[in-house]
Amino acid sequence: MTEAPHNQRKMQRTAFTCLGIVVGMVGLAYASVPLYDLFCRVTGFDGTPIVRDSNTSQVVDRTIAVRFDANVVPSLGWRFSPEKPEVKVKLGETMTVYYKVTNTSDKPATGIATYNVQPDLAATYFSKLECFCFTEQTLQPGETLESAVVFYIDPRLLQDSDVKNISSITLSYTYFPSKAGKPVAEVTSSTTSTVQ
Amino acid sequence: MAHAVDSAHADHHDHLPGFWRRWFYSTNHKDIGTLYLIFGFMAGIIGGILSIAMRLELQEPGLQFFANPQTFNVFVTGHGLIMVFFMVMPTLIGGFGNWFIPLMIGAPDMAFPRMNNISFWLLVAAFALMLCSLFVEGAPGSLGFGGGWTVYPPLSTTGHPGPALDFGILALHLAGASSILGAINFITTILNMRAPGMTLHKMPLFAWAMLVTAFLLLISLPVLAGAITMLLTDRNFGTTFFEPSGGGDPILYQHLFWFFGHPEVYIMILPAFGIVSHIISTFSKKPIFGYLGMAYAMVAIGVVGFVVWAHHMYTVGLSLQTQAYFVFATMVIAVPTGIKIFSWIATMWGGSIRFTAAMQWAIGFVFLFTVGGVTGVVLANAPVDRYMHDTYYVVAHFHYVLSLGAVFVIFAGIYYWFPKITGYIMPEWIGKVHFWIAFIGANVLFFPMHFLGLSGMPRRYADYPDAFAGWNLVSSIGSYIFGAGILFFMFGVVYALVRKEKAGDNPWGEGATTLEWTLSSPPPFHQFETLPRIVDTGH
Repeated sequence: MTEAPHNQRKMQRTAFTCLGIVVGMVGLAYASVPLYDLFCRVTGFDGTPIVRDSNTSQVVDRTIAVRFDANVVPSLGWRFSPEKPEVKVKLGETMTVYYKVTNTSDKPATGIATYNVQPDLAATYFSKLECFCFTEQTLQPGETLESAVVFYIDPRLLQDSDVKNISSITLSYTYFPSKAGKPVAEVTSSTTSTVQ
Repeated sequence: MAHAVDSAHADHHDHLPGFWRRWFYSTNHKDIGTLYLIFGFMAGIIGGILSIAMRLELQEPGLQFFANPQTFNVFVTGHGLIMVFFMVMPTLIGGFGNWFIPLMIGAPDMAFPRMNNISFWLLVAAFALMLCSLFVEGAPGSLGFGGGWTVYPPLSTTGHPGPALDFGILALHLAGASSILGAINFITTILNMRAPGMTLHKMPLFAWAMLVTAFLLLISLPVLAGAITMLLTDRNFGTTFFEPSGGGDPILYQHLFWFFGHPEVYIMILPAFGIVSHIISTFSKKPIFGYLGMAYAMVAIGVVGFVVWAHHMYTVGLSLQTQAYFVFATMVIAVPTGIKIFSWIATMWGGSIRFTAAMQWAIGFVFLFTVGGVTGVVLANAPVDRYMHDTYYVVAHFHYVLSLGAVFVIFAGIYYWFPKITGYIMPEWIGKVHFWIAFIGANVLFFPMHFLGLSGMPRRYADYPDAFAGWNLVSSIGSYIFGAGILFFMFGVVYALVRKEKAGDNPWGEGATTLEWTLSSPPPFHQFETLPRIVDTGH
């Protein structure tokens, strides 16, 4: 072990390089969250509808059924439904649909809506011009709110071999309770208490 | 190494520290290796008992032993996590790796002996946490976490409000930290401490296997650590990484998990590949066929292993093109794996083969791993996977490559290196009887699972329709046979240790060419104070 000091430095360099890889990979794991979110928003991956500013596409003579689904986490105590369960739209045609949400409980509550499109692969073509997703809404007891969803189906759907033959797309909204930025704890504790 | 002595007489001048200092403060790679082997075996017993309990329950339709079927799921989860993180990895990487990497590359010890000690004791702490998790509340009204070793949300976030999974996550954090420290240690040792003249291309294949494994650990484990930390904060601190109510996506967890989880299966099997190469070469009295091809096949498996993860997720709604890519990339792995299988066969071809116990286990591994590999190619097909996903066919597949692959090599390695580790001869008949019990037991246990899966029996349920009764009974009988084999193995170890038949430096003769066979059995407490010089080209 006569060459120890030299070797010691080399070993430390190797070890610190390895440590760098580990730190980098932890960083990448966390970076994947915003990156994945961005990726979903841009590509419509995994059922994320695309949000657009305006409808610039041509109307094509192909009709598709758009179904509306509305869910509320039971503990929220709200009633939530679309004005009609299904509309037929032509590809490229701009459409407005109203959802109605009512606070049926005796307490004011704050909810936040999330959405998803099924089938996932059609989400790329489900373009929303206006929606009420990811904004917190506080409803007083008995208060009713009407929210509009303005959307069109991108006619480029016809060029995608995965989805060009589908006859219907479902837009699903779910209202979750949201309070002081702690929606998860709220959901967990209240759902378990309703189960028991 | 305070007492540098003449290396020729090193073994006569070992000043062993006292029991407590030797085993609890140990910085000696051989002692730590022994600790890892004992730990892995004990964890394997616990994981094995969980699996026997599962087979007892599944022996007949209906609920026999588990009043609450959720407890069955807890057993399934515990079995998976314990076998992966606390049995296979500690034994193959911590045990054989620590014992034989320094010996094979001619190094006096690991690069960072004290870090080695930390790695081991972190794992003990992790295992303690894992066992705690089995005894605290998980899902409402039951003990332990029952969401499978993959810990998918939302079942793991909103479905298990009790602290069981928090214990489990912390256990995985510690086990992961332990493995990462171990991996840094192996990489530093292998890259910097090889004996003069041992270039990377002259290095034994087990060292190559450990080098690739260590890099896989280094790159994949931090991703798991990140993912389960996000789960932990989702569960306890109101973050919404995987929580749709806050804009998170549970599918992201699956991507992160399998980015770790797929390399993980290669982490478990690559060291086994290395060990099998040495055993087959030793008992065929030939150098391994296609040494460089063997080494770079492992590198290729490691690299490609990182870009195939979504084949575990064909059913989450990936587009056709994405699925086609993952089908193709997954099947590409069959090429380097095939190179390894054929090179082992070519090594035996025309060799002077001795069917020792270790050799029987190694050949058994090559055969059974190939069966598991073939079912893997079947499952790699996205359309087939639509049907097979989460059925017993998948269970059969991964037990053929892990339980009959990695575990067979653990036993092969023990029978191969037992004389070197303990200094005593293990009678050959013990290893051979154990092999045939295990070979018959494991096949009776896992082969019928292919039929169950093909007829649609889903995984992770405590009960099943009567139609599946016959093969489940056969399968359960197989597990008892395999369990009896483990008892026989324990008897064999005690018998050999009591018999005390001394082993020579190299009990296997001229086929055993790696450096550990040039030392005494057991090797001196400190070896290679004068570094060996590698001149020949043998591997």
